[in-house]
Amino acid sequence: MTVRKLIFALLLLCAGLAHAQLTIEITGAGANQIPIAITRFGGEDALSQSISEVIEADLQRSGRFKMLYAGNVNPLPAEINQVSFADWKSRNADALVIGAVSRLPDGRFEVRFRLLDVPKQVQLGGVAYAMTAAQARTTGHRIADYVYEKLTGERGVFSTRIAYVIKQGQRFELQIADADGRGAQTALASREPIISPAWSPDGTRLAYVSFENKKPVVFVHSLTTGQRQAVANFKGSNSAPSWSPDGKQLAVVLSRDGGSQIYLVNADGSNVRRVEASGSIDTEPYFSPDGQTLYFTSDRGGSPQIYRMNAGGGAATRLTFDGSYNVSPRPSPDGKLLAYVTRNAGRFQLATLDLASRQSQVLTDTQKDESPSFAPNGRIILYATEIGGRGVLAAVSSDGRVKQRLSVQAADVREPAWGPFTAN
Amino acid sequence: MNKNPITVLAAALLLGLLAACSSTPVPEQSAAAVEERTPGSTAPAKPPSPPPPSSSATTKPVPPPQVIPANPLKDPANILSKRSIYYDLDSDAVKEEFRPLVQAHAKYLVENRNAKMLIQGNCDDRGSREYNIALGQRRADGVKRMLLLMGATEAQVESVSMGEEKPRCTADQGDACMAENRRSDVLYGGEY
Repeated sequence: MTVRKLIFALLLLCAGLAHAQLTIEITGAGANQIPIAITRFGGEDALSQSISEVIEADLQRSGRFKMLYAGNVNPLPAEINQVSFADWKSRNADALVIGAVSRLPDGRFEVRFRLLDVPKQVQLGGVAYAMTAAQARTTGHRIADYVYEKLTGERGVFSTRIAYVIKQGQRFELQIADADGRGAQTALASREPIISPAWSPDGTRLAYVSFENKKPVVFVHSLTTGQRQAVANFKGSNSAPSWSPDGKQLAVVLSRDGGSQIYLVNADGSNVRRVEASGSIDTEPYFSPDGQTLYFTSDRGGSPQIYRMNAGGGAATRLTFDGSYNVSPRPSPDGKLLAYVTRNAGRFQLATLDLASRQSQVLTDTQKDESPSFAPNGRIILYATEIGGRGVLAAVSSDGRVKQRLSVQAADVREPAWGPFTAN
Repeated sequence: MNKNPITVLAAALLLGLLAACSSTPVPEQSAAAVEERTPGSTAPAKPPSPPPPSSSATTKPVPPPQVIPANPLKDPANILSKRSIYYDLDSDAVKEEFRPLVQAHAKYLVENRNAKMLIQGNCDDRGSREYNIALGQRRADGVKRMLLLMGATEAQVESVSMGEEKPRCTADQGDACMAENRRSDVLYGGEY
């Protein structure tokens, strides 16, 4: 495998956001990268944010494209009949993205792009968007999603968002950012820890655990209104929320009846019921994509291992057997893979388990991996780790080939959760 | 009211003044009463002698410093001010050396039925945050069970877990540092 090192230091355009800015570094490269060139869009200089740069950075980060030099083109083509295919062929491009930005009478901008197949000299598609100047990044992500899906056959995740927790001194912030780490916004700031954020399936709410009451309490927080509600605040500890795929209930872990046990509760905090009763630790429940199964961590066999059971309760089946510490199960969106954290000789590493073949694979070479979270297309797993004594987020393609690191200056970043697809 | 030293002293003074007219020797008694209230005081204020009837000088009572009894929960000399139980790696067993501490807190809860307690279990930062909440819960539950066996009531004690989120030592990742983070903390009502 050829290992290349590409560094993307995203410029901090806004000094005020500097503390919250995630910087992304990519290592490794996927197999069979598609060679693609993205020209500057004519007229995009009128925007403070270049759209073609956003598209290029998105596709680059996915590890599935080989970005080719697209400069020295004059004039910039906006339609297929303005393209010199011989030139792009000599640059070894298989795909080409061209576009143009023009001002609309109402002050907004029209962004048009075309995706071209260079060897066949045909147009694969194109869309025009009307947007405000402030929506340049969002538009770039949408175009990148379009290109990604056309060329790979899979849905792109560039328009999705991620949630994570930043610890700066004694201050904790639950932040929401675009999938590229830009545009971070603080949904909750607290002097006490915040952990285990979990997106509702429609992307409008986050469940999380806050320690603001000197104990763990599960909240559900509406991102649009900023309103939140304690949905599990019983005697003892309340933690590990996981949404059912229909968004109507949460699996949570409560200690109210002794020990740490799994319960279901409606999203408004009503109708609490116990799923199972064991004398062991049962925690980290996670719904399968079809909502029928709960994956969870239990030490019923003497060491923490991953099990699954019917979401309504019943007998549990053990899934992990290698090693004495396998925790934090997260099924992939297609339900075929399980991401989890395994301990190998004192190192905590991200691994996957193929649920059909029961083959497991360690994906990382870091020491303190935690909290895996699948991108909604299943291609990337975001997780927390520590590098140089500092908490960072990292991402790895689910085949282990492409790796990214996301860090924030002078702060610890942890507890990532990748949000769902957003309706376009 | 009667026990207020100022009232006692004022009464003593009044008696003293009366004594000047009658001949009942009471100042001695009132002096003793005041002494009792200033244990350990190096220079207790003596009650003024009744002024000689011919004198134009007047006297004012000087009350002794008030002694407020130390809160046993905060008194460094009292075992009840010891609030942390430390654990071995991967263990929720309360070690023998911490038994007297748990016993003292149980006794306090038995003697103060209105007192409420929160036990927060804690872990070092290795491994999953959520699994560490469960491990911390097991530590806190263990302490709670001991307290209940020693006479505390269910309504008095809540056991919760802070997982790895509230480390006492963050200086390094060494074993000694992590040992400080494997603990249960005892908090009383008003402290949480």
